[in-house]
Amino acid sequence: MFFKLTPTSGQSLYLQLVQQIRHAIESGALQDGDQLPGIRTLAQELVVSPNTIAKAYSELEHEGLLELRQGSGAFISVNHRARSLSNHIQAASRRVIDLVEELRERDFRDEEIRRMFEAALLHQPEAVRKR
Amino acid sequence: MTQGLAIQTNRLAKSYGTVQAVKEINLSVRLHNITAFLGLNGAGKSTTIKMLLGMMRPSSGDGTILGQQISDPMESIRIRSQIAYVSENKQLYNFMTVEQMIRFTSGFYPDWCPNEAQKLLRQYRLPLDRKVKSLSKGMRTKLGLLLAFARRPELLILDEPSEGLDPVGIEELLEILVTRCSEGTTVFFSSHQIAEVERVADQICVLHAGRLVLDSSLDDLRQSYRQIDLVFPSIPAEHDFRITGVEDVRTRGHQMRVLASGNTEGVVARAHDFQATSIDVTPVGLREIFLEKVKEN
Repeated sequence: MFFKLTPTSGQSLYLQLVQQIRHAIESGALQDGDQLPGIRTLAQELVVSPNTIAKAYSELEHEGLLELRQGSGAFISVNHRARSLSNHIQAASRRVIDLVEELRERDFRDEEIRRMFEAALLHQPEAVRKR
Repeated sequence: MTQGLAIQTNRLAKSYGTVQAVKEINLSVRLHNITAFLGLNGAGKSTTIKMLLGMMRPSSGDGTILGQQISDPMESIRIRSQIAYVSENKQLYNFMTVEQMIRFTSGFYPDWCPNEAQKLLRQYRLPLDRKVKSLSKGMRTKLGLLLAFARRPELLILDEPSEGLDPVGIEELLEILVTRCSEGTTVFFSSHQIAEVERVADQICVLHAGRLVLDSSLDDLRQSYRQIDLVFPSIPAEHDFRITGVEDVRTRGHQMRVLASGNTEGVVARAHDFQATSIDVTPVGLREIFLEKVKEN
């Protein structure tokens, strides 16, 4: 799988990794049983601290999306819960698309819509926002 | 993976006459992490490093490296056998050739790896028979790095390791740093290359005018720092926005720009109270955070 980490994006690198792997699972780019590179290999490839990779993998393991096997690497595990989660996300993104279309029809420009979304997200408590 | 400290100082200070170069800093560097030590020229970074290594006596305060006292002469010797250090000016013997310098240095360290030295020699394409004196700045740096990386120390302390390196050299250096870290080595390095630091570092320490003005994980900095651009029909007073977490407020016409190190929600809520017509929240890079921290007030 290809990763794209943006150090200046304002989001920690480990969260970027977590989200990209999660997205790859949801979009089918990564499937049950697929192997991800080991921590050291991926740290070297992306030239980021190995602690970043370790943190991302352990978060994904905690979510049940990744199985870490001692000495043999990291394997994608897509269980039932993850699949239903991905259905939820698809349904939610349809609602977001509808809302964005509606706002565009009312002549709001994309920049304006983006700002409103970001400001709205900041109304959530920090703990909810991080997920 | 992040428990334990490799370096810890307790009110470590250094004065030269009436000039306080380092002002009672409490530094902590976690084991198995990559920690970047940033600061302007003359901020006191090299002085701090030299005190840690027992090359300079602190005026007051103390510290430990890998659990050993930096001010105890015997323990300081043990410290130096467990760490590898690349100095700011890459101190080498000018009269030796590259080959002699490598052979000479290898004799001092039981943890010297000849294979690793050979590998780095090929990678760096250093001319073996060239006198150290006639090496370019970049080659000097590479030789200094080779002499440190050919060992297997528990802690690497690098003072401006990317100085004089070209972009390929910097990339190779960063790859070695992350590889060593994944093998369990703790890395502590000073640098002016903020873009590089932003990629590999776990922890950021900023020294300014001898004081430690920032000590935070890069993850936390990324998540908490935001720039908030606001537009108001009638501009509020700046002090109305100097609330918790706000580092800087500037106004220009109907616009206000707020730099927050946290509590972005609070700033946004305050903006709503003042009927802001536009609220734009953007992430802040390490460069902006650094420049804000070293700003002269």
